[in-house]
This record gives sequence, structure tokens and C-alpha cells, in this order.
Amino acid sequence: MKLKLRIWRQASTNAQGSMVEYRLDGVSEDMSFLEMLDMLNEQLTEKNEEPVAFDHDCREGICGMCSLVINGVAHGPEVTTTCQLHMRSFSDGATIDIEPWQAGPFPVIKDLVVDRTALDRIIQAGGFISSNTGSAPDAHATPAPKREADTAFDNATCIGCGACVAACPNSSAMLFTSAKISHLALLPQGQPERYRRVKSMIAAHDEEGFGNCTNIGECAAVCPKGIPLESISRLNRDLMKAMFKGDGK
Amino acid sequence: MVKKFTMAVTGLIMIGFLLMHMYGNLKMFIGAEAFDHYAHWLKGATEDGGILYPIMPAGTFIWVFRFVLVLAVILHMYCALDLTRRSRQAAGRGYQHKTRLAQTYAARTMRWGGVIVLLGLIVHLLQFTIIPSSFYEGGAESPYKMVLHAFGQVWFVLIYAVWMALVCLHIRHGFWSAFATLGLNLSPRSRGILNGLAVFVAVVLYVGFMIMPVSVLFGWIG
Repeated sequence: MKLKLRIWRQASTNAQGSMVEYRLDGVSEDMSFLEMLDMLNEQLTEKNEEPVAFDHDCREGICGMCSLVINGVAHGPEVTTTCQLHMRSFSDGATIDIEPWQAGPFPVIKDLVVDRTALDRIIQAGGFISSNTGSAPDAHATPAPKREADTAFDNATCIGCGACVAACPNSSAMLFTSAKISHLALLPQGQPERYRRVKSMIAAHDEEGFGNCTNIGECAAVCPKGIPLESISRLNRDLMKAMFKGDGK
Repeated sequence: MVKKFTMAVTGLIMIGFLLMHMYGNLKMFIGAEAFDHYAHWLKGATEDGGILYPIMPAGTFIWVFRFVLVLAVILHMYCALDLTRRSRQAAGRGYQHKTRLAQTYAARTMRWGGVIVLLGLIVHLLQFTIIPSSFYEGGAESPYKMVLHAFGQVWFVLIYAVWMALVCLHIRHGFWSAFATLGLNLSPRSRGILNGLAVFVAVVLYVGFMIMPVSVLFGWIG
């Protein structure tokens, strides 16, 4: 496959960035998108040029490190992570635009790498349960209804990649936050801190400077884990209840 | 988040009002007497003391009603402005290559659409409520004649049709979005139902609001 790549290059957070064109020949359609970028970087290194910086880690679609907005779509044309996207999803001779996640709370560190620690701080504000340490409790000591457990698990699959923020015209992280809220609010273990959690996490979300959800749905359309818009409604429901409760900020 | 709940509730209040307003407009089909009586009754200017008399003194209800609606409009605008400002601040540089996957045209035009709807509303209120004799002498005595005169003009019906289209487009997304914000988007099924209802309400309002002006224009009324 022959490709024309247009990649966002930016030396540092405050540097001026721009789209730079590269041509790549001999790409196999069995390569993953990141392997294709590896190939480009090898060629750049051989030519003594600065390789393109991009985030990646497990390359198995479960760690949430890879990102990239490919032709205007977070994680590209398939509903999966960029690392699990293969070059067969593109046609020979295609022009591919590659950009970093765009959102105020996600400053570019270099090229395609953005700082996503704002999401970590939302988790720190309440995306956990408190429990005693010690030996593991019996697996069925706390019964959980099957249906709720399934929905909680579906939401727990969120890998925190931030594609929802990248796709949102409002740069809102509501889908991410609501996945964490849903995951914990549906299980018995999440009950003691349920309403305090939702207040704290939304407060942290707003403090980080994320925008407001307008129920447009771009986030759910790009989520590699299929977190649905319903999760946001669940968060809203819990938040309304939480407003009538005393604890939390 | 309180602002988003406020937007949802005030928006739904206004949609409720529009449904009533549309229904009231259809009294034009019954005749001058029925329509004028209805208009005066709302203002408490009929012999029986009008709406909600004697629970409230004659002519009081309309002011309570107006107060609630104006408050809803102001709160809706204020929250929209603040939420938009914060979302704009949160926005990144914007993509060189833009692709839209899920958004509807209605969802995309909520902000500027809302502003245009507001400007139309100001003109509408000036013309039919605040200065009823502005376009037609005697508008205050006979709302029926005022409406006949207004919609007897092609250009006016056309502008009205465009404005109503924008209003209904705003409602197409607003109705669904309000319920989603209020936590009623429970499943893919309820998402479908809410979106279906939103389209239904928008279409009912458009047809309901346009059928009377079109009938006046073609001389089927009056």
C-alpha cells in the first residue's frame, strides 16, 4: 500500500504546530495503524529526522494509552482503539490525516501525545470504593443482581482513553465520568459513597475545565468500548438525587 | 450541572406553553367570536371573570402566567450563555480534518438557532401582544381580525414559516436532550422513544402552528 500521511507536528506544548506531509510506501494491509507509524518513524530516524511522537502501550486495546484522531474521527474509522485498527480499513493510495486529541484540558505534550492526567484527577475525586484491606472476601459474600452486574461491567470496560472528550464538540468528559459512576453505582460495593462520589467527580470534571454535555452523541459513536449515552443519563439521575443529600461538595 | 437541569426544566415549560398556544390558535377555525372570546378570557376580560376566576382576581392569572414564562425564557438564556461560554473555553484548537458521526442538524444549531428564535420571539410579542395595533388598527379589540390581517400577507406567512421551522428544529433536539439531562434516557429503547417523541412533538407543533396561517392566506378562514 502507498499512503500519503498528513500528521500534526508540534515540538512542545507552547510551540506552534502544523500538519506535515509524509509519503509511505510498502505498507502491508495486515499492519496495525501503530505499526504503520513505527515504519514511518524508522524511515524518519534513518533520514536523521525527528520521529513522530505518539502514545501507545499494550497494543491489545485494553490499556487506554493509544489515541489519534484519524481523518477527523477519534481512533479512526472502525469502532476500536487505534492499536487494533488495521491498514486494511484504508484503501491503497489514501490520504490519511492524523491529529492529536483536541480539548483545552488535554494540552499537547509533543506531536500526537497529549496530557490526559485531567482524567486521572477526576478518578482521584471519587472513582473508587473504600474497603478494608486484608484477605480477599468470598466471591459471593455480597450478592449482586445479574442485570446490574452486567451493566456495571459494561461500564467498567472504559479504558479512559479520552476519545469521548476528543470527539465532543463541547470537550466534555461526561461519557468517561458517567462510565465510572455507572460502574460503581450499580454494584453493592459502590453504595456507601454513591452520592458523594457523583458530586465530587462532577466538581472535579468542571474544575479541570471540561465542557458541558449537550446530548449530541459524538462520544458514544467513537467509544472503543461502546459505553452508551445512557450512562450519562444515569449520572444525571444520581446527581439530581445527590443534590438533595447533605454530604459531598 | 444545576444550570443544565434548569435549562431542561425551563425548556419543557416552554414546550408545554407552545402546545397550549398552538391549540388555542386553532380556535381561529371556529370563528371570530370563539377566538376573540378565548383571547379575552385568558386576560380575564370576559364577563365571567376569565380564566381561574374566582380563585384569582380577574386579570391576575395572565400576569402570573407571563411572569413564569418570562422567567423561564430568562433562565434558559442565562444558563445557555454560561454553559456555552464554559464549553467554548474547554474547546481545543479544532481539528484540521472534521468529521461528524452522530450529531443531528438540530443538535448542531441549538446555540445560534436559539438566538434567532429569541429575536423572532421579540418581534412576535411586539406585534401580537405588546403593541397589538402596530400592524393593524383595532388589534386589541379583535385579535381575530389582527391575526387575519397579519397572515393575509404572503411575505409574512413565509417569514413566520421559517421562524417556526427554527423553533421546531430547536425543539427536536431540546425535547430529547431535556429528558436525557433529567435522567430519563434509560436504555437504547428509551433513547429511541425519546427521540421519536421529540420528532413527533416538533412535527405536531409545526403543522399545528402553520395550518392556521396557511388557511388564512388561502382564504379558507374569514
